Amino acid sequence: MDLQPVWDWFRWLYEATGIKLTIFYDDFDRSRFFNGFLTSVRLMGVCLVASVAIGIVGAWLQGARSHLVRLVVQAYIQFFRNTPPLVQLYFFYFALGSYLRITNENGLSVPLVGNFAWAAICLSFYAGAFNVEIFRAGIEAVPRQTIEAAESLGYSRLKAYLYVILPLAFRISLPALNNNLVNLIKTTTISYAIAVPEMLYVANQIWSDEVNVPEMMNVLLVVYVSLVGLLVWAMSRWERAMRVPGWGVS
Amino acid sequence: MSWTPKEPIVSVRDVHKRFGAVEVLKGVSFDVMKGEVICIIGPSGSGKSTLLRCINALVPIEQGSILVEGQEVHDPALDKLALRRKVGMVFQQYNLFPHKTALQNVMMAPLHVLKQDKAEVEARARRLIKKVRLEGKEDAYPGELSGGQQQRVAIARSLAMSPDVMLFDEVTAALDPETVKEVLVTIRELAAEGMTCLLVTHEMGFARELADHIYFTDRGVIVEHGPPAEFFANAKDPRTRQFLSQIL
Ligand SMILES: Nc1ncnc2c1ncn2[C@@H]1O[C@H](COP(=O)(O)OP(=O)(O)OP(=O)(O)O)[C@@H](O)[C@H]1O
Ligand SMILES: [Mg+2]
Repeated sequence: MDLQPVWDWFRWLYEATGIKLTIFYDDFDRSRFFNGFLTSVRLMGVCLVASVAIGIVGAWLQGARSHLVRLVVQAYIQFFRNTPPLVQLYFFYFALGSYLRITNENGLSVPLVGNFAWAAICLSFYAGAFNVEIFRAGIEAVPRQTIEAAESLGYSRLKAYLYVILPLAFRISLPALNNNLVNLIKTTTISYAIAVPEMLYVANQIWSDEVNVPEMMNVLLVVYVSLVGLLVWAMSRWERAMRVPGWGVS
Repeated sequence: MSWTPKEPIVSVRDVHKRFGAVEVLKGVSFDVMKGEVICIIGPSGSGKSTLLRCINALVPIEQGSILVEGQEVHDPALDKLALRRKVGMVFQQYNLFPHKTALQNVMMAPLHVLKQDKAEVEARARRLIKKVRLEGKEDAYPGELSGGQQQRVAIARSLAMSPDVMLFDEVTAALDPETVKEVLVTIRELAAEGMTCLLVTHEMGFARELADHIYFTDRGVIVEHGPPAEFFANAKDPRTRQFLSQIL
């Protein structure tokens, strides 16, 4: 599909009205904005999956017999819930990152973990802490007798969790999970602060070069609204697909 | 020390169980032979459910012993899976898995726990659904079934593990009188096939008809027991008399 006419139209728009959307008609800006967009989407994708996985494992560990394990999980949740995500990101990147360095073959000291990876790790644990609590609330809503029925059929604790508790808790948790994941998507923008070349970061570069701040702001809003809309839509489809006839609130 | 059918399949000896400060079972003993049907009756809170839950190790006991096919249930080294394969349990509130269809509910444990072949499990599950007279309801979710139908799915689900002993805990108590019959028919058939059954029930007519032996419990002890004819005709203990006069 040849998009040249579209790009030309935006150039015409600029010439006719002064609305300067270089990300459409300037090849260099288009390519860096597109790469920024892809970086953002990749970061969101990684964090969505990882934070849900952390939530599932964390909620399982919260029910562990070992007091120490429960304490560690609780400390993790408190740390990530009660500190600002931006501070967490700085902490990971500047404090931990400064220790985690290796010397490469040219004798230079380079970071072991890149900034994208730090952002992904930090945001996943940040959203994961909330997901643990969300899933725990879901697990607590699963009737004790249902779990007992699984036990009486020979299910071990792990199997009961995987096949009975989690599927039910997950359905109960979906609305709250939905909110948290939307929040996660929006929070990925803080990785701007450690120079991850995501959408906000490249938009900043573009408006510095092109002096088109209002246009880029509008572009950012539209793109983020669309991404959040897409997530909400996907989640509600998922919620509907998982709905069980005759069970639950709706 | 291997068990033979000449010995009791379930042997409960001087079992004590407390929840915190409350002693719920205060030394209960009885034996059940293979193929026997025994009914446990007694007022609410007398520890009937607790007793059944002790038998398949859902709750630990403080004192005494429970043998199922010669195996000590409360031995810490016991393989709980092996025990629960032998002992099926059906609950008052059915406790089906609400996110799975009737057929899936019956298939789940053999697939997940016993890791049996799927085609074989499904064929068996369909036979069991038919046996409890729910043909056509295979794909219904628990929420789409009546209480009596759910309870029969729950019975089929337990039977899918091919247990040697079935525990029924007031399985008709949550049902309306019409549907009670459906469930009782199913249990009657099971008993007729020689399944060992321990029933906690308030259905005195049913107990009289089906039971080989009736136990009356009150406040954590067995007050009186005997074959139904004898038990109902000449109960001696005043507590039993009072209970029977209220319920009959
Ligand atoms: N998990 C528990 N924790 C604390 N107390 C319990 C627990 N389970 C049962 N009990 C107590 O033990 C006593 C016996 O309960 P149980 O359920 O065995 O009685 P029941 O004979 O089955 O009564 P019902 O006919 O009402 O079902 C009750 O006083 C109950 O409150
Ligand atoms: Mg009870």
